[in-house]
Amino acid sequence: MKLSMANEKKLFEITSHPLSADEVVGRLADPAIGAAIAFVGVVRGETDGRPVLCLEYEAYPEMAEQTLRQIGVEICQHWKTVREIAIVHRVGRLDVGEASVVIAVSAAHRSEIFDAVRYAVDRLKEIAPIWKREVWTDGAEWRSEA
Amino acid sequence: MKINVKLFAALREELDKREFVQELPQGATLGSLVERVGSKYPVVRAHLSSLHFAVNHKYTTLEAVLQEGDEVAFLPPVGGG
Repeated sequence: MKLSMANEKKLFEITSHPLSADEVVGRLADPAIGAAIAFVGVVRGETDGRPVLCLEYEAYPEMAEQTLRQIGVEICQHWKTVREIAIVHRVGRLDVGEASVVIAVSAAHRSEIFDAVRYAVDRLKEIAPIWKREVWTDGAEWRSEA
Repeated sequence: MKINVKLFAALREELDKREFVQELPQGATLGSLVERVGSKYPVVRAHLSSLHFAVNHKYTTLEAVLQEGDEVAFLPPVGGG
């Protein structure tokens, strides 16, 4: 296990810039890795049968980045073959089809990365101080799975 | 002592403010801060059962004792991902 420190590539980030799965996976680059997986959360165009115009994401950035890092630590403690993790979440106004989050996990071999990335998505949705406001044609609402 | 309160999402919208400073007696708990803010802003009181709280970026329970300059965030139900 290795988790990069703050002065190396930023692995746990809240950003307002558009996301690229390739770019986030690229942050894990390491000759030791033989497998990497990227989960991409995408803005869906419809919820409860209602067309969505856009989503607006808001974060408590300092706490959110710490929480994302904490999720990385939990993963490395549980899945020992995982080499590196990156979690990058976007905030601001996102249109349908845009990526809201990219979670990348790498390892020498693939066996544990699928479970690890699933855990990361579930855990982010549970504890990260990030909020989503859904906007449709005749209103808007803050949505949570909690 | 002065506590920096930060608001997010629905609370931030409904109170139309991102943050404010709350005066509290020395040794006050997070619970007493929540009580005081709830009585000042009925909309906070209305949301109380669904809120979580963080002190200096860490989830914290109501028994915690606050210090001068602490940053306390009132966190509505999260929706990241």
